[in-house]
Amino acid sequence: MRHVISILLENEAGSLSRVVGLFSQRGYNIDSLTVAPTDDPTLSRCSILTTGEKWEAEQITKQLHKLVCVFRVSALLEEAEGGIEREMVLVKVNTPNKNARDEVKGLADIFNSKIIDVNAEIFTLEFVGNSSEIDNFITTIGKLAEVLEVVRSGVVGIAKGNHFMKP
Amino acid sequence: MEKLNGAKQVVRVLEDLGVDRIFGYPGAAVTDIYDELFDSKITHVLARHEQGAVHMADGFARCTGKVGVALVTSGPGATNTVTALATAYGDSIPLVLITGQVSTDLIGTDAFQEVDTMGVTRPVVKYSFLCKKPEDIAKNIRKAFYIASTGRKGPVVVDIPKNCQNRSYLFDYEKKSDISIRSYNPTVFGHKGQVKRAAAQLIKAKQPVMLLGGGVVQGDASEVASKIARRLNFPVVTTLMGISAYPTTDRQYLGMIGMHGLYEANETMHNSDLIFAVGTRFADRATNMVAKYCPNASVIHIDVDPASISKTVSANIPIVGDARTVLTQIDKELDELGQKEPADLSGWWSQIEEFKKKNCLKYAKKEGMIRPQEVIETINRISNELKLNPIITTDVGQHQMFSAQYFDFESPRHFITSGGLGTMGVGLPAAIGAKFAIPDANVFCITGDGSFQMNMQELAVCRKYKLPIKIFILDNSVLGMVRQFQTVFYKERYSATNLDGNPDFVKLVEAYGFKGIRITDNDKLESTIREVLMAKDEFTLVDIITDTNTKVMPWLRANGSMIDMMLNEE
Repeated sequence: MRHVISILLENEAGSLSRVVGLFSQRGYNIDSLTVAPTDDPTLSRCSILTTGEKWEAEQITKQLHKLVCVFRVSALLEEAEGGIEREMVLVKVNTPNKNARDEVKGLADIFNSKIIDVNAEIFTLEFVGNSSEIDNFITTIGKLAEVLEVVRSGVVGIAKGNHFMKP
Repeated sequence: MEKLNGAKQVVRVLEDLGVDRIFGYPGAAVTDIYDELFDSKITHVLARHEQGAVHMADGFARCTGKVGVALVTSGPGATNTVTALATAYGDSIPLVLITGQVSTDLIGTDAFQEVDTMGVTRPVVKYSFLCKKPEDIAKNIRKAFYIASTGRKGPVVVDIPKNCQNRSYLFDYEKKSDISIRSYNPTVFGHKGQVKRAAAQLIKAKQPVMLLGGGVVQGDASEVASKIARRLNFPVVTTLMGISAYPTTDRQYLGMIGMHGLYEANETMHNSDLIFAVGTRFADRATNMVAKYCPNASVIHIDVDPASISKTVSANIPIVGDARTVLTQIDKELDELGQKEPADLSGWWSQIEEFKKKNCLKYAKKEGMIRPQEVIETINRISNELKLNPIITTDVGQHQMFSAQYFDFESPRHFITSGGLGTMGVGLPAAIGAKFAIPDANVFCITGDGSFQMNMQELAVCRKYKLPIKIFILDNSVLGMVRQFQTVFYKERYSATNLDGNPDFVKLVEAYGFKGIRITDNDKLESTIREVLMAKDEFTLVDIITDTNTKVMPWLRANGSMIDMMLNEE
């Protein structure tokens, strides 16, 4: 089972290494990790995608909460239950001829994906969605053109409605 | 406001925090601090190895409850402390370790004696600080003390670069001592509803057992734990770390549980319908296989660390909070419920009396050969007669388990042992730390010939301060605990457990100007130990040649329940 864990932590040297270290120390996986300062620059928000049983996610949450530099931790709910998650991907594809360029352009339109860089032979596309939409986007475009590079941002998540994480 | 340099601030803040003794070892990155220490009222004990220094601070902390403090230099000074930090972390002992670091402009350049101390120590400390500027020093040391000594206690490292200690840069010394860390607020009081539920269940239990862990000792909760046990007439067992939390001679005490726990203690756990667990983390050595653990028991679990609750054994009534505070709440709640006389547990107690009849600690004495159990029993008996109330420190191995099984303790903080990490070599330095902490106490280090050699360089500290501690080496010339595995599980193939090449321990301590005695015969055991214990003000090392083939029993079978025990067949 996949879990997106949201962490609010002190934005100071060593904080992130404690979070990451805890995962390796206790044998939990990190499938993706994103971190950046929040609107309050003394705090960072970190989102970690991990897989495991429910009790493992609970244990990770408790262990993270125990870290002195961590304020708040919560496991994001599934979308149907009140969680929202998004990920961004940048995909570089080979478009050596008009046919390929048209195919890619058409697909980008269908997916609501932006073409953010173009040269004569290569298009770079940007797409935002949840993880399975991103998987689908990459697979589909791979069938129309040669994929040269894929960069995924990792998952970020937030709760719907009036639930929010503040220190 | 007073202006002081960084090195002086290190010393001043320690003084202001009430530190009167630290343990350490100097080096290039802490020479400024050592220079300031020279004029301080803080006394510094020079260990002979940084690991020893931190174990001393650890022993000091374990027997007083105060924060132990150690000071070492950068690089190898810091890396040498890692085992000792992990030892303290494993048993949740409050420690602050100050490490020197290369100057900030050299960090990251692979400078002389540079190591990423924060990185190297991170998995084995509760928290750590790197002082990036001199102004961080006093604040970080205060925070380190606060973090080390609150919540689930543990070691904290404060790494101070050389240039931050610079004697020519003077700056304001912040005297204010109120510390708050916005992301760190350990729970103290137990949830009221949970406390009520727990108290109600305690009264109803038919086959209860009270399980005390190291948190009861370190959380100073022994008194209230004992009070509750007595008013409810519950049988009491402890983990290895919980030993001394409850008077061992009391009628309700059944002994240590777990891998080498007593038959009656493990049977009582297994057959209970309610485990009232306080300050324990249900470690693997204490539970055996979790799937087969105490099948009929529901669990009330009090612990200050929420992550320790339902980590291995799931709790029916979890209560997060400080052991003493929560137990006091429960005691009051029992009053509220009008609990006066304990429920009738006579059926349960008569079952327990049957368990005791197994007499699992009995062993056969053999002519011309000293059994290790005999040594511990003798030291214990004579200590009781002479009312010595000793602080016992141990190393790790067979002698540790025999000490846990056979020694009596009347009051907490008298049994000092490395339970979580199982660190050989902790016994002597911990004894030194304990003796400095409580100079009037009788401090005995029970060790093995393997463990003793891991930190015996610290005999120099005993010599320098003429510390009257007693060292008893249960000397069987082998690594007994590993060897007993080899005897039982590896067809007596004794790979690398023979300690051929041991020194003559008597001559060794003579080289330090001390008296050493060797006992080879059980005729001499009683009289020699009595003589040694009577001479309260003398350091003595007693090298006792013990049987090589004795095994620690009972012994839980791997992947079994708590009653899958091998017993002594003698």
